[in-house]
Amino acid sequence: MLEIRNISKTFNPGTVNEKRALKNINLILEDGDFVTVIGGNGAGKSTMLNAIAGVWPVDQGHILIDGQDVTKLPEYKRAAFLGRVFQDPMNGTAATMGIEENLALALRRGQSRTLRSGIKNNEREVYRRLLSTLGLGLEDRLTSKVGLLSGGQRQALTLLMATLKKPKLLLLDEHTAALDPKTAAKVLETTDLIVNRDKLTTLMITHNMKDAIVHGNRLIMMMDGNIILDIRGEEKKNLTVEDLLHKFEEVSGEEFTSDKAILG
Amino acid sequence: MNIMNLINALPGAVAQGLIWGIMAIGVYITFRILDIADLTVDGTLCTGGAVCIMMMQSGQNVWVSMAIALLAGMLAGMVTGLLHTFMGIPAILAGILTQLGLYSVNLKIMGKANQAINVDKFDLLVSLRYIKGVPFYKNTILVVALMILVLIIFLYWFFGTELGCSLRATGCNDRMARAQGINTDFNRVLGLMISNGLVALSGALLGQYQGFADVNMGRGAIVIGLAAVIIGEAVFGKIFRNFGFRLLAVALGSIIYYFVLQIVIWLGIDTDLLKLLSAAVVAVFLAVPAWKSRYFSKPAVRGGV
Repeated sequence: MLEIRNISKTFNPGTVNEKRALKNINLILEDGDFVTVIGGNGAGKSTMLNAIAGVWPVDQGHILIDGQDVTKLPEYKRAAFLGRVFQDPMNGTAATMGIEENLALALRRGQSRTLRSGIKNNEREVYRRLLSTLGLGLEDRLTSKVGLLSGGQRQALTLLMATLKKPKLLLLDEHTAALDPKTAAKVLETTDLIVNRDKLTTLMITHNMKDAIVHGNRLIMMMDGNIILDIRGEEKKNLTVEDLLHKFEEVSGEEFTSDKAILG
Repeated sequence: MNIMNLINALPGAVAQGLIWGIMAIGVYITFRILDIADLTVDGTLCTGGAVCIMMMQSGQNVWVSMAIALLAGMLAGMVTGLLHTFMGIPAILAGILTQLGLYSVNLKIMGKANQAINVDKFDLLVSLRYIKGVPFYKNTILVVALMILVLIIFLYWFFGTELGCSLRATGCNDRMARAQGINTDFNRVLGLMISNGLVALSGALLGQYQGFADVNMGRGAIVIGLAAVIIGEAVFGKIFRNFGFRLLAVALGSIIYYFVLQIVIWLGIDTDLLKLLSAAVVAVFLAVPAWKSRYFSKPAVRGGV
């Protein structure tokens, strides 16, 4: 489904702020894989997702989605294959537009935008039904401006938008990190629901080790622009936080220090 | 200070307000929808007037002349758009560069600093002579009001299409727009083209109305456009929610601006100071949102999903 070959990215090359964010990363995702990604700040998690999404060009390497080389495609063209949810709830939706208008924009992802009507009447019924699955009462507020919604509501809506047109790959960049624990749990629950229902291939970054263990069928850990752990199958199912900390020390030769990741 | 002088000047103010209203709708598209302050318009307004008048002088039909003026404006908008997107120049600077370049272009179009057109010799669509004592269908106020109505209906339709919606999304949140597969660079260029096309159309009407095009006719146009947008929002923002009505509010804002201008002139203020006054009024109104959030914000409600 997704194949990352030898991807590298250096920010601000040749300056004092030079940062080698990704160092020859290789990763292959199978169809239907739900991969959780953990790692400390600056490990390269978000950089990897942005490289896949095409936010900027990579320095070297190739990215293939479903066998098609997308390395040279601009971000907006790659969007045809991708569903994305960002960490900041403000980033995923257009605040001055209505809920139904945002969904209508998402429904047309990957199509050229024509002079046909931006939202058709029969779409509204679909939106109402999908919104009701979120259990947030948004189905009665189709024309409300998204700017009036709370962070949790916006994130749930963004999730719906990212999966409205079934993406080949779903990219979740710490999409619950900015939410309070109760809301975060609710959004994660919805994520599981949608990913399992549509059998979506998914990459989900999280700061929370427990979430990384509970969700998905595969877990990778990043450090210093490298993938240092890749756990899957039975091993992933039986994984505990202690196992993960132990493995981390084994591989990296240092102690895992982020309390937030362990306790959060 | 004879009140009749003021009353006699009001129809003219309405006509001018309406003509500038088309320009203000163009400014609304960049300033409010695309979230760009586009300074190209100071040059485009004159380009529209110059193209229209030169073409009419060479014997072209008034509608053809105005259509070509509109296209010339769109071309200017495209230049700013490409400077901004393709060449990565900040939007304000891109607009200033095009505006400066247009000064020379406008001089070359006209061959000198100004060109007159005689209302008695040419079949003009609008003129300050067509305010009183003409059949109602020739009345400039009616003609321009109808044009604005058609434009608003067109824009209302356009911004409801898939392309129009994607343009609104680009201005609101370009990161989200790209994630939803929207070509934000293309949309920015397109928005600037539509906006500057309208401004040039306004310039074409203004040139006919005053009977001449002048290389300085667009100086400070952006401020008048912004003033109309802000006045329209301040006065009608609470009642007009619908997008079409918001555009109408901008046009009405422009009329109010020219009303106030007439009153100020009638009060006997030195007309040299008018631009300073306009700038000050716009500055204060632009500051209102920032002041509101800084000094009058209510404490945020805690809790809740």
